[in-house]
Amino acid sequence: MSTSPADLAVLKPFRLPAASRASTALPINAYHGVMLVAALMLSAGVGEAQAGAGAPSIIATIVKWTPLLAQGFALNIAMSFLAMALGTVFGVALGLGQISLRSPIRAGAWAVTQFFRNSPWLVLLFYCMLLLPFEVRIGNSIVPLPGWVKATVGLALPVMANVSELVRGAVQSIPFGQWEASEALAFTRSQTLRMVILPQCVKRMTPPWMNLYAILTVATPLTSVVGVSEAMTLTGDILSSEGRNELLVPMYLYLLLWFFAYCYPIALATTALEQRFQVR
Amino acid sequence: MAPLVTPILTWTPDQPLIRMRDVHKTFGQRTILNGISLDVMKGEVICIIGPSGAGKSTLLRCINALEPIARGSILVAGQEVHDDKLDKLALRRKVGMVFQQYNLFPHKTALENIMMAPIHVLKRDRAEVEARARALMRKVRLDGKEDFYPGELSGGQQQRVAIARSLAMQPDVMLFDEVTAALDPETVKEVLVAIRELAQDGMTCVIVTHEMGFAREVAHQIYFTDRGVVVEHGPPAEFFTQCRDERTRQFLNQIL
Repeated sequence: MSTSPADLAVLKPFRLPAASRASTALPINAYHGVMLVAALMLSAGVGEAQAGAGAPSIIATIVKWTPLLAQGFALNIAMSFLAMALGTVFGVALGLGQISLRSPIRAGAWAVTQFFRNSPWLVLLFYCMLLLPFEVRIGNSIVPLPGWVKATVGLALPVMANVSELVRGAVQSIPFGQWEASEALAFTRSQTLRMVILPQCVKRMTPPWMNLYAILTVATPLTSVVGVSEAMTLTGDILSSEGRNELLVPMYLYLLLWFFAYCYPIALATTALEQRFQVR
Repeated sequence: MAPLVTPILTWTPDQPLIRMRDVHKTFGQRTILNGISLDVMKGEVICIIGPSGAGKSTLLRCINALEPIARGSILVAGQEVHDDKLDKLALRRKVGMVFQQYNLFPHKTALENIMMAPIHVLKRDRAEVEARARALMRKVRLDGKEDFYPGELSGGQQQRVAIARSLAMQPDVMLFDEVTAALDPETVKEVLVAIRELAQDGMTCVIVTHEMGFAREVAHQIYFTDRGVVVEHGPPAEFFTQCRDERTRQFLNQIL
């Protein structure tokens, strides 16, 4: 053919430099874990010295109470799972509302999102504890709503709002050309969302979503303020039953270590996923 | 002007497949199209050239209703596009479009990109669609690349997948919007070859391009547009040698 690329005006392709985004993962690393263990040992040693001879060893006391603490921690994890599931389901719906073509839906979803995203978590928690009934009637049976369930709903609200923003942000970060190409192929709007836009969003949303989960998990001890028997509440109970001041610092450090051990792998995975997705 | 509601049945092959009359389009205060009229017969290939900002891409995007127009009439196979009651999806099934930035779906393989619309929009049988998609991959000389993701293909290969994806809908007309402008010079040719073969097969094509050599070779009609109007048009042999308008001459001097 007579067209030689060399003698024609052709635009060179333009490529954006790979953006070096800051990681969204919790800023914790192995060094923090080592420091935490060291601080625990140090405080145990200091406590041992304070207690003097005769008192049972601090490490032995901690080990003795570990099964109970684990029970409480299991409740923290259960609440984090449930709140994340609830928050994700409603958050996705709310996020899709934020990109609706109907302006009343868009405005409503935006307002709800902003309200719950910017309210203090503890305030939302109190509201749920006080406003939700202690039992609900479903048909003929009465289902009790224990405190931890109400607290879970309270934690799910800010999660929902944050997931809503994640969805909106992810959808809007998809290049406009994807919408155009789908339109030109005669896809409907809902087909475009389901088959083209949202599948691409899942990948973008996963790291920040995992990070949100880690933040939620470290926020579950808030529920101790409203009387849920989770790990934080139990630690207080253990301390008051032991009645030994020198246990205070080691015990809370020990609890901190539990949360660290749980969240550290999540932070690692979040960072790893982010890096993998950036390469593509 | 009241939209003309023209039933689709009135179109016969002796009429233009695309007929634009006095099309106006504005973005806020800016006039993009200022009274465009053109005809494209079935099987005809027209190339639209002109300086950037002349409204070439907008003109193309009005044909498949990606952009609404302010005034005038666009008939595609007898169907008025400038009509509130237009079934946009039905129109777009007949009009294929290829973009400058390819716009392939990055989470799907090349083959899946081609198969998606026929399966989900036309509701065709998957096996039949797959056979045709593989044939289209061969047609654009990409056999063997079926399971590659767009990110693993070069720009020229991606653009050929995009052409195949559009063809899979078996459109009556194909629109090409500066499809080689984002490509590396060495891959421009493979895309132009694919379009030329398509044109030789009798596909009706409206091509916006800066590739003058290509336009001259492949087009039946060349339209030169500037500031939202068609300055002049004609068959390539006449157009490139004896253009009448001063603006056309200036443009050709700059680019050739």
